[in-house]
Amino acid sequence: MSSIANMGGTEGWGRATAPTPDEPPFAESWEGRAFALTLLTMGRISGRNLDAFRHALGSLDRASYLDDGYYGRWLNAAELMLTESAILAPGTVDARVRANRGESVEVPPAPEQDAKPDYKPTAAGSLRTVEEPPRFAVGDRVLVKDEDPTGHTQLVAYLRGRTGVVTIVQPAALLPDTHAHFLGENAQHVYAVEFDSHDLWGADAESFTLTADMFDSYLEPA
Amino acid sequence: MTINPDRLSPALRTEALEQILTERGLVDPAVMDKFISTYENDVGPLNGAKVVAKAWTDPEYRARLLAEGTSAIKELGFAGPQGEHIVVLENTPSLHHVVTCTLCSCYPWPVLGLPPGWYKDPAYRARIVREPRTVLAEMGLTLADDVEVKVWDSSSEVRYLVLPLRPAGTEDASEEELVGHVTRDMMVGVAR
Repeated sequence: MSSIANMGGTEGWGRATAPTPDEPPFAESWEGRAFALTLLTMGRISGRNLDAFRHALGSLDRASYLDDGYYGRWLNAAELMLTESAILAPGTVDARVRANRGESVEVPPAPEQDAKPDYKPTAAGSLRTVEEPPRFAVGDRVLVKDEDPTGHTQLVAYLRGRTGVVTIVQPAALLPDTHAHFLGENAQHVYAVEFDSHDLWGADAESFTLTADMFDSYLEPA
Repeated sequence: MTINPDRLSPALRTEALEQILTERGLVDPAVMDKFISTYENDVGPLNGAKVVAKAWTDPEYRARLLAEGTSAIKELGFAGPQGEHIVVLENTPSLHHVVTCTLCSCYPWPVLGLPPGWYKDPAYRARIVREPRTVLAEMGLTLADDVEVKVWDSSSEVRYLVLPLRPAGTEDASEEELVGHVTRDMMVGVAR
């Protein structure tokens, strides 16, 4: 199922925002705190990984994803990872906010046993070595599988079922689709695939090319 | 999944989460301060500007940067999270690159720092892959019809950095002076 995060090509978002020079990294101080808490949560505290964090972001409902802004979204994903790893009981953060402002509310006790995933990376970062040669070369035409996976994926929805051309063979990397769920790294070759705008959006579309990175298992020969 | 059904403000909820995790010894606020300070003070678009200015003045560096972006950027000391593999895209008078991440807001942190608000905005993420000329015009960049547009969606761990055109009239400028001509927006491709 495509999550709200998979928003490429969707409509109804209004005008783009013009850049302002010298925008600070964090508009408000809580955003920096939420940023740092999330970085610590995704690995050290909840025992998860970057792809699990992206999956948590994509698991949020529309309000939890959009209404609290970018770092609010991070905070919500961090809380989701902490409750899934049973570091926090559900509702703990909201209860603490109420207690902080003097309401009489019971803060749920911390779970007695955590539920961190059985996961250990085989190396730092996401790049890995794959012994077999890449299936595709620069210039090959490829078809993006028309699949709608139930779990996490980095396969962008708007390119499913489309045909493009490989333009760069990128370094191999672990597959986010299984890595996010602690089902193995499944290192694969990665390809930059270029698409023509008219193939994507029709004969009246603006003329441009669109390139996205595709893991090997997202592709078939065209 | 609904995380915050009563929509308490994220500022208050961040404060509460930090309190809870600190009391339980899971978070050290000093470590958090260091993360924040690093991205407020040390890692930002000035890093990328130094890469671009060097490429504008040193043809051999430019060739290395375009062939092997990650190692060429590392030569200047810039590496770290969200910079595992960086591909540098060269603008020409007839070609313009623009970068997005439609799935979240992936961005090459070691050279550009954390992404600005417009990059994280759904309007940018959703529309730049569908009508880039229109979106760029809304953002202040109107491209001539004869300029080819290439849009890059950072859908894996590869990160992209645009090498902009050297501005006219800077022929006599030094590398240090050129750094001041490079903006964050040029290196993402929403300015030229």
